[in-house]
Amino acid sequence: MAVPVTKLAPDHGRGLGYETDLERIEIELLLEGVYRHYGFDFRSYAYASIRRRLLKRTEAEGLRNISELHARILHDTDAMELLLLDLSVNVTAMFRDPSFYREFRAQVIPLLRTYPFIRIWHAGCSTGEEVFSMAVLLEEEGLYDRTRIYATDINDMVLQRARQGIFPLDRMQEYTENYIRAGGTRSFSEYYTAKYDGALFAPTLSRNIVFSQHNLVTDRSFSEFHVIFCRNVLIYFDKALQNRVHRLFYDSLVMFGVMALGSKESLKFSQFESSYEKISATEKLYRKTH
Amino acid sequence: MTTAEAGYDLVLVGTSWGGLAVLRALVTALPLSLCMAVVLVQHRHRDSDHLLRTLLQEGTELPVEEIEDKMALEQGRIYVAPPNYHTLIEPGHFSLSTEAPVRHSRPSIDVTFHSAADSYGARTVGVVLTGANDDGSDGLRRIVERGGLALVQDPATAESPTMPAAAIRAVPEARVMPLRDLVNFVASLPAGTPAREGR
Repeated sequence: MAVPVTKLAPDHGRGLGYETDLERIEIELLLEGVYRHYGFDFRSYAYASIRRRLLKRTEAEGLRNISELHARILHDTDAMELLLLDLSVNVTAMFRDPSFYREFRAQVIPLLRTYPFIRIWHAGCSTGEEVFSMAVLLEEEGLYDRTRIYATDINDMVLQRARQGIFPLDRMQEYTENYIRAGGTRSFSEYYTAKYDGALFAPTLSRNIVFSQHNLVTDRSFSEFHVIFCRNVLIYFDKALQNRVHRLFYDSLVMFGVMALGSKESLKFSQFESSYEKISATEKLYRKTH
Repeated sequence: MTTAEAGYDLVLVGTSWGGLAVLRALVTALPLSLCMAVVLVQHRHRDSDHLLRTLLQEGTELPVEEIEDKMALEQGRIYVAPPNYHTLIEPGHFSLSTEAPVRHSRPSIDVTFHSAADSYGARTVGVVLTGANDDGSDGLRRIVERGGLALVQDPATAESPTMPAAAIRAVPEARVMPLRDLVNFVASLPAGTPAREGR
């Protein structure tokens, strides 16, 4: 039988990793300081990743250790802004993982056709590329007029950009390829107008999108949804926080509602596996069953 | 606390160009009684599918899995880092990240090696095989600093010598071996034992 390597007592607190143990204290104090002074709660983020980003920020600020970074961000809001940008990973693309959208068309769209009105929550929408992608898909499937997409993110700066609906022109070739591979049925260039170095997406596409700030760590559910997207957001949370957010999603989904996760995320490692059934063999699409 | 008598829990292998053949040779040599977790980080295209996992599974009866976020690390298993994510190692499980590529690579071998060294310290083995860039050197340095073991494929036997050569420059104390010896050496490494559990 497989023996978890965790049972073999990882290194923390064994004397070997003196530097790392001290560093862990510094990191926990910093996250506590950020929470109490600024209200942003990163205390339950996945440790290895947040540590990496704090060390990068420390180096970029020309500081020697995390404690020095702690002092700086408490007294210098500009430094805090920079840290916030580092801590919120905003990697996204239109029709990112095209096979996901193809599968969404095949497996989820038929379910959505049975509803007179569709509410979708896109949690952690970043600068909006994937929200506009879904609007395009729903438009092509003839469902967009009876859909409302609630797109939320913790970071107000990225939401401001998302509302503009302008994406970098130099990525349109990549996005067009994604769109075609995602099963797009029109010419992708119909959806935007090139303007300077930006591609402005047709305002009609955003007519049924509501962008608003929402913090998955501290805020509560705000409606009942037929679909929740949360792709590559939970990977930055530790297991306990992931379970809390899965509880929030579970409570926010209608019965038989669909949960969509990133391609390398799984409900298998959460407490909610038995509350859903997989509806795709290849993509992380789940349906709430009880 | 010495490393030699302690044994190892975790073997991390980094490779890029020419990696498939050497990874096949490595997994084929691993004994079914393997008492460590083996983590393979191979540079590949962001859209590549499960082919690498499938090809490696054909070479061994040990389970080969593509890593998903928060998957548990268990001994006797071989894990493959997924394309287009960084794989970080936390005590007992994996975490994935879509942070920017590090020196053009995602997965970055350095990122995985660093996080493993910091979570598992002296019970970590880092292995750098054939490859056409210098990813892995920095992480291998970190593994040695934390008391772990560094192994590097002899550049003369590597399809692409750049990566192992860079690793040797960065980590002079690394043990350098031709592929066949290195594979046998990994297969016979002493594993950590549950008896050392507890704080």
